[in-house]
Parts: sequence; structure tokens; C-alpha cells
Amino acid sequence: MGQIVLKKVQKKFDDVEVIPPLDLTIEDGEFTVFVGPSGCGKSTLLRLIAGLEDVTAGSIEIDGKEAADLPPAKRGLSMVFQSYALYPHMSVRKNIAFPLKMAKMDSAEIKKRVEAAAEVLNLTSYLDRRPGQLSGGQRQRVAIGRSIVREPSAFLFDEPLSNLDAALRVGMRMEISELHKRLDTTMVYVTHDQVEAMTMADKIVVLQAGVVEQVGSPLDLYHSPKNKFVAGFIGSPKMNLIEGDEAKKHNAQTIGIRPEHIAVADGNGEWSGVVGVSEHLGSDTFFHVHDTGLADMITVRVEGDVGLKYGDKINLSPRQDLIHKFDQQGDRIV
Amino acid sequence: MAPAVFLLLVWMLVPLITTLFFSFKKYLPLRGDELGKGLDWVGFENYSRFLNSSSFWPSVQTTLLIVGSVLVITVVLGVLLALLLDQPMWGQGIVRILIISPFFVMPTVSALVWKNMFMDSNYGLFAHLWRFFGAEPVQWLSQSSIESIIMIVSWQWLPFATLILLTAIQSLDSEQLEASEMDGAPVLKRFWYIILPHLGRAITVVILIQTIFLLAVFAEIFVTTGGAFGSRTLTYLIFQRVLESQNVGLGSAGGVYAIILANIVALFLMRIVGKNLDQ
Repeated sequence: MGQIVLKKVQKKFDDVEVIPPLDLTIEDGEFTVFVGPSGCGKSTLLRLIAGLEDVTAGSIEIDGKEAADLPPAKRGLSMVFQSYALYPHMSVRKNIAFPLKMAKMDSAEIKKRVEAAAEVLNLTSYLDRRPGQLSGGQRQRVAIGRSIVREPSAFLFDEPLSNLDAALRVGMRMEISELHKRLDTTMVYVTHDQVEAMTMADKIVVLQAGVVEQVGSPLDLYHSPKNKFVAGFIGSPKMNLIEGDEAKKHNAQTIGIRPEHIAVADGNGEWSGVVGVSEHLGSDTFFHVHDTGLADMITVRVEGDVGLKYGDKINLSPRQDLIHKFDQQGDRIV
Repeated sequence: MAPAVFLLLVWMLVPLITTLFFSFKKYLPLRGDELGKGLDWVGFENYSRFLNSSSFWPSVQTTLLIVGSVLVITVVLGVLLALLLDQPMWGQGIVRILIISPFFVMPTVSALVWKNMFMDSNYGLFAHLWRFFGAEPVQWLSQSSIESIIMIVSWQWLPFATLILLTAIQSLDSEQLEASEMDGAPVLKRFWYIILPHLGRAITVVILIQTIFLLAVFAEIFVTTGGAFGSRTLTYLIFQRVLESQNVGLGSAGGVYAIILANIVALFLMRIVGKNLDQ
């Protein structure tokens, strides 16, 4: 009921090609996340699907029907915006009812649906307030409420959590995932935050400069990134990328090793360096290791607290089986 | 703070008290009344004479008609113009300056331009236009004097309304419009449900500010009809009583009525539109 297929979709603003021809299939019921650095075209792609931007060429099929020429309202999608885009002069009830009112639904049915949505989103006691009287998280929920009452074939989210503080963001992340499980509807979610992408997605689409770098499940992307860009983008802290002699030993132009796959060796490890800044998270500690002769800085994750201080010598041994190898073009060597 | 309050008090109270003082006195300078010799106390005689004069109610009506019509015209056209000017177009900066320029023309000058260039029944542009279509030119200022004045004053105040409403439209979050578009609202409904409520506060400000100035419209009447042909407003009637009839006491009583009228109008306006301000 909510399959979205993009075929050779292209977008140009005047002469600038923002999205070169692109193919992508979003399966029904899937939670798909578009992730990439800012300016990579992920929001534009979402707006193309929504119909807020017109495609320059190519076709968009929603539920098997060609939709590239349909106006946004006719595509059966609903969208949650970064700024929530609530109507400030309407009460929460009227905000949520707005799409139904526009669809000329009768008022008893509207009332029923609005109250059901409010129930799901814990908004019942706020129905008669104005958006201005709500907190960020509540506004977010109203925006979601406004999009679920229409029972769309797919939901689009444009960086919906970026205006919330860190604690609330984690909570809303869970709520949206929960909602997806319950509604079992296609969701397309845009974010620049790879943690959001990893935690929520069934399928991640990594974009760079309008080009799809890799499509896959979060763990696919983590375990076998297709190229250097995806390797560096997915995972926190970032994967260490090492070039030069060390890489040549592995017959590669570049090798990559994640911070969690490097162990601190007691005596003589394979690599050695000097501890720089360390980030203590309690459960983990991240050391920035300098002067290894491999790269400017190598990040190492250590479980718990290790008694190493700024300036201490450190020996490292990477797990050989988890080293990623990349060729001259930056593509993965299998 | 104290000096400012003092200055404001003096600024407001001195003219007010002088007006109140004169309104209870017989003061006809041409009949030999002089401030130095002391003026006769006449009680409320000036008030009752002003109120019972046959020109009083017509002048109040004219005032309200002009104020009301100009408000409607400037707000409606102002919203439409602001919507148009908000669209991206070539030469935007110049167009915006041109739109605003009537506001910089002095009322007397613009009224004269309208009177001579457009409304003259022999060589005015309107007369040419009418004759071009084979119609008899309208004697604008005598046949439809109130309409002419409404037209002139609206032309002057339209830029002000447009400017305020344009800035308000520009402050509308475009995501709200996109959201309503996704919610299935076509153009007219987007205007009605999203843009117009967003403009509510700006429209209130335009109405309140314009009312203050429109109640006192004078120059436009003075240089066009001179208060004839039913175009005499309350302000103009006061002017005539004081300067043409040289009856300062009667005019002052009229001034006090003008204050009362302004307050009644303000009270109504605040009731109708004022709630928009305290959101």
C-alpha cells in the first residue's frame, strides 16, 4: 500500500544539477532513512517525492501509480516538517483536523479521528491549546498527529528532530519508531544525523552530492561499507582511515578500522602512539592517539576507564579481520 | 522618565485645556472679543449650538463614510498588492519603491494633482477617457465629491497598508504554506486559512493607525471641494466654524465632539479588531 519507486529522477535548479538521474525503491511498510552531509540533496529528494518540488526528468510511482505530475495533495502522502509548520492561529484540535476538513469529511468523523490520533500521541489534554502554548516535543507530536489522521500511504519526515534538545530527541526517536511498528506504514525520514539513521531505519540510503552511495540495512552499512565515504559517514566515532605504507601492506590504497576494533595492547602492539584528548563517557572512553605515523589521529574506543592520561605512550593492535580495504577510487575491495 | 512624561503631558494637555476653555466661552474675534479683556462664560451654549446645527450630523456621517470606505479599500487592495509584490519578479526593488512613493507626496500636492490632472471635467485624464468611450465626462468633484475624496485619500494610504502587509506576508513561514498544500488546501483556502489569519495582526495595526489619521483628513478636502457638495467632514466643519465664521468658542466645542467621536470609533475598533493584538 505504500511502495514508492523512483526511476531516473533528476532535479536541476536552473543549470545546477542537484540530483543526477537516480533510481530508488522504497518498499511498502519500510522505514527508510535518507542520510548524508548537509547539502547532499536529501531534503530535495524528499520534497520531490512530496511534490513540493517538480522533477526535471524521470518518474515517481506511488502505489504503482505515476505521481510525478500530481499536485502534493493528490499523492496520498503526508509530511512532518523541520519547523513543525503548525498553524499558529488554530487550536491543536483544528490543526489536526485541518487536512480532514480540506478533504470535506463530515464533522462527526473528523472529531472521532482527531480524538483517536490525540489518544495515540498523548495529546488529549492539550486539544484546545494553541501551538504557541506547547513545548517543542508536544508541537512535534501535533505535527505527527496532523499527518497520521489522513491515513496516508506513506509518511515523509524532514529532519523532524533537529529542533529538539538531545534528551527529547532520543525520546521522540523511540516514539516515531514505535509509531512505525504500530501503523506499519511506509516512512521516509531525512536526517543528517547518522545515529538517528542507525537507530531507526530498516533501510538507510546514504547520499552525497545527490548521488546514492549505498543502500542497505544499518548493519550492512556498518559491516560492509561500499566505499570510503560511507565508511567514514556511518559509525560514531568515525572510522579511522589510513593511507600510505600501512595500507600497502594490505594491498590497498586506504584501509579503515573502526575505533571499537582496535585494542589497547599491554606490551608491544602493532602500532604505537601518544594519547591526546580523551573523551570519557563512563561506559566507554575514546582516546585520540597521535604520532602513530599512520594518520594525523587515530581514535580508539576502550571499554570502561583505562588509566591513561594526556601524553602517555599507548600500544595498539587492530583486529586484522575487521580491517576494511579500499582501492584508488575509494571503493571497497572484497 | 519623568521629563518625558512631563513633556508629553504639556504637549497633550495644553491644547486640550485651551480647547475646553474656549468651548465654554463666547469668543468672536471679529466682534471685538479679546482674550485680554476676558471672555464671557456661556456654559454649554456652544455645545448645543454645534450639535443642533443642520450641518453636524451630515458631517459625522461623511466622516465615518470616508474613514470606513478608505479603510476597506486600502486593506483589501493592500492585501492583494502585497500578495502580488511578494511574488518574485524582475525589477522588484524599483516596483516596490514606486508602489510606496504616493505616501511621500504631500496631501495637498496629491489632492491638487488628482483634481487638475485626473478629475478636471474639461482636460482631466478621466474626462479624456470618458470621451474616448463616447461618454459624458463626470463632474467628479461636484457630482460625486465624496467618492472623489475617498479615491484620493485611498490612493495616498494604500502604500502604507501595502508596505505593512507586505512585511507581514514576508514573515510567513513558507513551510506552513507547504504543509497546508500537502494537507490538501487549494490556493484560495490557503489564503483564507493560512495567509489571512497570519495577516490579522498587521491588518489591525493598519486599521488602527489609519483611523487616527483619516479622522483628521483635511488638506484633501480643502484643496478640492472646499467642503462643498456634501463633502464636509467633522474636521472640516470645525475649521469652517473657527476660521470662516470666526467663532472660536463654537469651533472648540466641535473639537470636543471630534475627540468624543474619535474615542467612540476607537472603542468600536478595539472591540472588533483589538483582540488580534494580544495573541
